Amino acid sequence: MIFYKKLWLSLLVMTAPGCFAQHVRVIKYNQLNQLLSTKNDTILIVNFWATWCKPCIEELPYFEKLQARHARDKVKVLLVSLDFKSQLEKKVKPFLSKTGISTSQVVLLDETDPGLWMEKVATDWSGALPFTLFIHRKKGRKDYERPFTLAELETELRSFIK
Amino acid sequence: MKRTIMLGVMSALLFASFGFLPPAEGYQPGDKAMAFKFRNKDGQMVTLRDNASAKGYIIVFTCNTCPVAQAYEQRVLDLDKQFASKGYPVIAINPNDSGRSWGDSYEDMKERAKDKKYTFPYLVDANQELAKTYGARHTPTVYVIQRQGNDFIVRFTGAIDNNMEDGSQASKKYVEAAVRALLENKPVATPTSKAIGCSIKWKNG
Repeated sequence: MIFYKKLWLSLLVMTAPGCFAQHVRVIKYNQLNQLLSTKNDTILIVNFWATWCKPCIEELPYFEKLQARHARDKVKVLLVSLDFKSQLEKKVKPFLSKTGISTSQVVLLDETDPGLWMEKVATDWSGALPFTLFIHRKKGRKDYERPFTLAELETELRSFIK
Repeated sequence: MKRTIMLGVMSALLFASFGFLPPAEGYQPGDKAMAFKFRNKDGQMVTLRDNASAKGYIIVFTCNTCPVAQAYEQRVLDLDKQFASKGYPVIAINPNDSGRSWGDSYEDMKERAKDKKYTFPYLVDANQELAKTYGARHTPTVYVIQRQGNDFIVRFTGAIDNNMEDGSQASKKYVEAAVRALLENKPVATPTSKAIGCSIKWKNG
């Protein structure tokens, strides 16, 4: 009986972190392209980042906060990690759980050759991270090759909400 | 009166955004490159022109701290090994503001160059003038320039190859192909390429 209790407990302990861990889908560019097209009135904010990019990890929590603050304004955040696929379990997932990023959608773009997809995302993107897109069906796209503070994100978002 | 106030606000905004706005355009293939001066390993000030055996240079904006630059470090060493003797030596330039990028100080750079046995100069772009003039926005970024009389013409800008994680898996070796073409007096088939990198840490203000 005690044995079963212990087994039950250890099962709980083993599965518990899994419940809270952020799900990260590994995708190719075609799938990313689908995610970048919005059908309804949603304002989609897409942030390209990597765990090795210092300004990226500093601003990442702001995107999560922005989404929480503006849920009513139909703001949706998509965080696209450009880490290598081999770093998903080692770096990306531990980083997300450590920083408590749990409500934003996170994907890892598994493309080795930037020449094949970067121009399609934004022609004037040099390749520097972080890189952020604001996308709205009617108001179009705006891209930013720069880091943000939360206040700056709010300012940019305002022009999309109005 | 109203107009003056507007102007005041505008200039204030421009000023404020200088801190993190990347420089405008920069060099494209075909442009004349600024021939800068630097101190060589013997402590002498030299210009790009002084090296008579150089048909051109492989200029790499890189740094100590960016993981992408680190991933490419050995490939930069290999490029120098492969092409310095053929007339295209590497010059590495670190454009990061060491005040904002911990690990990119002059001392750190000297240490790294020694540890990794750099065979090429590794220069500090102290006022970030070179990165701004050339138009580098992230590390690593390469410019292949070719001597033409007294000038140097940009023949290639961009990434070393198309696989940043593993160079041996790269199907396109852009810089190598560009230099080979130049050595054979052929046009560079792919004069620009894109890559992911770490944004250059610009000085504030």
